Amino acid sequence: MSVRTLEVDGRTITALEGQTVFSAAWDSGIRIPRLCHLGGLSEAGACRLCLVEIEGQKKLQPACLTKVAEDMVVNTATPALLAHRRLIVELLLAERNHVCAVCVLNGACELQDLAAQLGVDHVRLRPQYPSLPVDLSHERFGLDHNRCILCTRCVRVCDEVEGAHTWDVAGRGRNSRIISDLGEPWGDSGSCTSCGKCVQVCPTGALFSKGRTVAEMRKDRGFLRYIMTAREKKLWIS
Amino acid sequence: MSRRIVVAPVTRIEGHAKITVHLDAGGSVESAQFHVTEFRGFEKLCEGRPFQEMPGLMSRVCGICPVSHILASSKAGDMLLGVEIPPAAVKQRRLANYAQILQSHALSFFHLSSPDLLLGMDAAPEQRNLFALTGADREFLRRGIRLRQFGQRVIEMVGGRRIHPGWSGPGGVQHCFPAAGRDEILGWIPEALDSVSLALDRMKRLLDSFRPELDHMGNFPSLFLATVSPDGALEYYDGAIRIVDAAGNVIAEDLDPRRYFTFLGEASEQGTFMKFPFYRPFGYPQGHYRVGPLARLNVAKSAGTAAADRELREFKQRGQGAVCQSFHYHLARLVEMLHCVERIEELMADGELLGDNIQARAALNRREGVGSCEAPRGTLFHRYQVDRDGLMTGADLLIATSQNNRAMNLAVEQTARRFIKAGPDTEPAEGMLNRLEAAIRCYDPCLSCSTHALGQMPIRVEVLDSRGRLVSEFARQSE
Repeated sequence: MSVRTLEVDGRTITALEGQTVFSAAWDSGIRIPRLCHLGGLSEAGACRLCLVEIEGQKKLQPACLTKVAEDMVVNTATPALLAHRRLIVELLLAERNHVCAVCVLNGACELQDLAAQLGVDHVRLRPQYPSLPVDLSHERFGLDHNRCILCTRCVRVCDEVEGAHTWDVAGRGRNSRIISDLGEPWGDSGSCTSCGKCVQVCPTGALFSKGRTVAEMRKDRGFLRYIMTAREKKLWIS
Repeated sequence: MSRRIVVAPVTRIEGHAKITVHLDAGGSVESAQFHVTEFRGFEKLCEGRPFQEMPGLMSRVCGICPVSHILASSKAGDMLLGVEIPPAAVKQRRLANYAQILQSHALSFFHLSSPDLLLGMDAAPEQRNLFALTGADREFLRRGIRLRQFGQRVIEMVGGRRIHPGWSGPGGVQHCFPAAGRDEILGWIPEALDSVSLALDRMKRLLDSFRPELDHMGNFPSLFLATVSPDGALEYYDGAIRIVDAAGNVIAEDLDPRRYFTFLGEASEQGTFMKFPFYRPFGYPQGHYRVGPLARLNVAKSAGTAAADRELREFKQRGQGAVCQSFHYHLARLVEMLHCVERIEELMADGELLGDNIQARAALNRREGVGSCEAPRGTLFHRYQVDRDGLMTGADLLIATSQNNRAMNLAVEQTARRFIKAGPDTEPAEGMLNRLEAAIRCYDPCLSCSTHALGQMPIRVEVLDSRGRLVSEFARQSE
């Protein structure tokens, strides 16, 4: 596989042909923010936080979906990009009811961390305060739509790794919702294997273990790498 | 022509309120009311949320007494799970509760009320405040601030943070108490005991100079309600409810706090967001009762710790039967602070506090849970209903401050009648109006805690035309 050389934030880096700008930058220690990307899963390009400027292109491009090219010049943290990212986080916070103070994942939430990192100390947009349900019908896990940012990590991990495809997205625009099977309560789902992968990859407190109280939950972000590596090396096939 | 005096906002209390006094043409007091002008509505906004979230959510009711709400909420959660929590978790919760009462009482006595007590009710407003005290009585005030710091530090050690520690939940607590914390807490004890004793001595000496206030600033008979231990001593975390009357007779005892709604009712009146709880067998308003430090000392037969027992015996001699003067809430608060410091010291020697079995795990086993504890301002009740998945369908919070609502109104009216003097053309002096606020401060009300129920407020709507003439009128009475 051939190697490509490109410039990211003034640094010359090398990447494999076919690699995304996002992954090449992270391999070189340049941390582009993201909420929907997760190593081991396919890319969705849903959160738009990894938008970067590529010289010669008028439109901003999602780094997670853009392949590297020879002599590409990429900027990941210009003032305009930082302003866009702040606004995206503010839009996410305004869209649903993100109340960190009473969230099971307070202190370990990727959205909360990103807001802090980007200096989002207040939201300039009018909060929508939608009336959204909580699904506690599953024996072990809960789904709180108020905290969902529609990153679809749960949809992808359930489909691509577990092979159950319990989760999907219903509705459009602001009415989009994560649903299990054909919209029945999670506890009634016939396809769910109760493996808990969706809970662990969810970046916020939208998917959580039942019985946990405020700030009591911590997610295991490393399990997916373990599973994917084992699958790649065929450790489970004798 | 009649006149109206409005004291708004009422200062040096927690929350937003106003006092209205109506004067007749001759300048005499016709009536006086205490109005709570803020609304919180936690009973509504918790609907549809998982009950496990309630301790964290309900702690946000109040930044002064979050521990009280966490404990009542956690206990309601324990009941929903149907579990008895491990002893180590009980000890942690008890420790946090004593620290909570200590720091809240220190705030009430030193920060909010000491300007009235030490500088006098009639001192000029610019001199009658906390900042003036830093010059006039620096060391005394410093001791008060340190006492509050001690209480907050204990809460931080138990719960991980000083305000809104979310460490307790249904089934127990989240983390073990650090063994190293015991030495630090024990290091604070001598200073804390010394400071409370100094404040007690000083308060007792001051009482003679407040004779008119003792007799006329909320001195009336009422029932008193509090939690007691099985042997009738002071109890703040778990026990039965006892009610005594003004003569000290036991009206009811061994009442199960988890059934509070069967013997306590709530009435509503116009002009305020806060309800008026009463003892059902006596009806409203005859069944109005007082809670908090004064009630607890009136209800308990003993304190259960040496120094506080001595003070309690002396305190009980100040009344015939029960002590009915609202002004004695201040003294009662100091006796309780002494008791809390002694109890904190006792708990440091209790090996169970350090236990690592701190959580009883269970699924939802009941559809209704009730939790109660003694908060700084009185008995606090949380009652939750949940659906089959554990989502909240209803909540009722009976807050300590609201249980003193009728008493505060009576205290304001009595104070106004005794102290407000105005001629037909002259306004009452500032010191007179300050006594109205001081009558409220005796109860150390936390109003932001106490206004949650929706849809039961009596309301009056007047529709006026452009010339101000009444076109139509609509009134909705309470249930």
